[in-house]
Amino acid sequence: MRILVPGISGKLGRVVALRLLAEGHEITGIDRRPWTDAPPGITVFAADIRKRAAEEVFRKFRPQTVVHMATVTHLLARSEDRYRINLGGTRAVLAHCQTYGAEHFVFVGRHTYYGAAPDSPLYHTEDEPPLGLGRFPELADLVAADLYAGTALWRRPEFRTSILRASYTLGETGQGTLGSFLRGARVPTLLGFDPLFQVLHESDFAEAIAATVRARPHGVFNVAARSPMPLSTVIKEAGRTSIPVPEPFIAAALGRFGLPKLPQGALDHIKYPIVIDDRSFRKETGFSPKQGDLSPMHAFRAAHPAHPAVPPPI
Amino acid sequence: MPFLASSEALSRAARLDVSWNEAGVDPFGVSREHVARLMTILDVFSRRYFDLEVHGIKHVPDRGRCMIVGNHSGGFALDGAMVLASLFFRKDPPRLAQGMVEKFLNKLPFANLWANRAGQFTGLPEHAERLLDEERALLVFPEGAKGTEKLFKNRYDLLEFGTGFVRLAIAKKAPIVPFGFLGGGEAVPTIRNAYTLGKLLGVPYVPVTPWGLPIPLPVHLDLLFGEPLFFEGTGNEDDEYIRECVAKVKASIRKILDDGIARRSGR
Repeated sequence: MRILVPGISGKLGRVVALRLLAEGHEITGIDRRPWTDAPPGITVFAADIRKRAAEEVFRKFRPQTVVHMATVTHLLARSEDRYRINLGGTRAVLAHCQTYGAEHFVFVGRHTYYGAAPDSPLYHTEDEPPLGLGRFPELADLVAADLYAGTALWRRPEFRTSILRASYTLGETGQGTLGSFLRGARVPTLLGFDPLFQVLHESDFAEAIAATVRARPHGVFNVAARSPMPLSTVIKEAGRTSIPVPEPFIAAALGRFGLPKLPQGALDHIKYPIVIDDRSFRKETGFSPKQGDLSPMHAFRAAHPAHPAVPPPI
Repeated sequence: MPFLASSEALSRAARLDVSWNEAGVDPFGVSREHVARLMTILDVFSRRYFDLEVHGIKHVPDRGRCMIVGNHSGGFALDGAMVLASLFFRKDPPRLAQGMVEKFLNKLPFANLWANRAGQFTGLPEHAERLLDEERALLVFPEGAKGTEKLFKNRYDLLEFGTGFVRLAIAKKAPIVPFGFLGGGEAVPTIRNAYTLGKLLGVPYVPVTPWGLPIPLPVHLDLLFGEPLFFEGTGNEDDEYIRECVAKVKASIRKILDDGIARRSGR
């Protein structure tokens, strides 16, 4: 099958592309960032998804399936850039899918769509509206992109549409929101809070995309790891040390003492859980995570040790 | 051995009909070690501090979904804690009763952890449904938060019951096991509730006792379970039918309480 992956050069995009290539598909990617050592069978065009050159790739390659991963999820990116890329880019991809006869559109979104709040149910199902935007406005463009992409379900009946809301991923690449949060040796937590996290191994995430490409489920689907676990366990298994900070002091502590920076709104995400119910995705695609519960953290720890080993003196 | 957990509590926690993942938590984040810790503390209170007597525990099914429904007895949720301890220590195989707690608890540091890791979640219909789907024992106080605010003189009264729990029990085909709890009012004899102080502390209220603080007295407590009730239907019946079922549950709890009062006065 001919598959086009906008956003292919991101570390997670590469993992997905390699997985799809291994399934025997013909892969083309569009990205502003280069992927210089892409293996044979994967062609990458350096282009901005919103520009004419990207449309030319659709015209020439005529993809049957488009896996849209060209969204900016990094919360510290400038907000106007995020809006342009996440919304303008998604609009362009949808229009090209229509014009050039794609059969299946996959939008790779995030489970943070649901927001973290003290009074929300532990498990979120796909029919829930987004919460918590008032306290975390930086997420608005991602939520808008998710809802906008979802309009393809009825606006573009010519092709099938799969909107995925994936839980945090972790693995060798160390990329992603959780990977950035766990980058340093010390990881801040809120004293007296230990929310549940679902962490999907990168290889399982890639398998989930491959299962979506195979089954072409039409609708909105949560994609999650086998079972949730406390943030303290995630930090410990990733070989990091958690630094519990009392809530009144956390804003002052972030970005100092070796702790990562976080927007204010993100604090709710280390205070309250966002756990998603992925039963419908599993039923539609037959997907089941292959890796053990703790393996995402162990893979991350092996590739990104908190204290890199010092080479022995010669 | 984990800090604060007795070996009996640990072995009973391991026998719970729950699937634990590699991190030792279930799909709801309930932690095996944490359950053992909490139960160890509750066991000390139920056996050593209070003198808890449990009757009719055989009415609680050994496994499978069920709803344990009873009265609040005033003060604070001592009743819920004693039901948890009873199902865990005085039943074989042990069961984990999972209560529906007030929303404020999730905002409190540490308190949210102690509740959630031991399987006590915010009282949302979504939680109740999911727990029953997972064949758990759901602990329900249909009087709601108002029930814990009962003053000493009203300790054996039953307030108005909500109806949602019966609809859910019918829809999920779960038996309702009624219970009556007596002695909570004597342990924390509330003369009034301090709402403003509660607001300052981030809780709904603070019960005021004749000695000021709501420190419970080491009194005799009685927990009596009645025969399970089953109601036929789909859960989409008219309010009239649901109210009839609720009245039957309430009457059953009233009867258990009256028996308990007679038993206590004969002591």
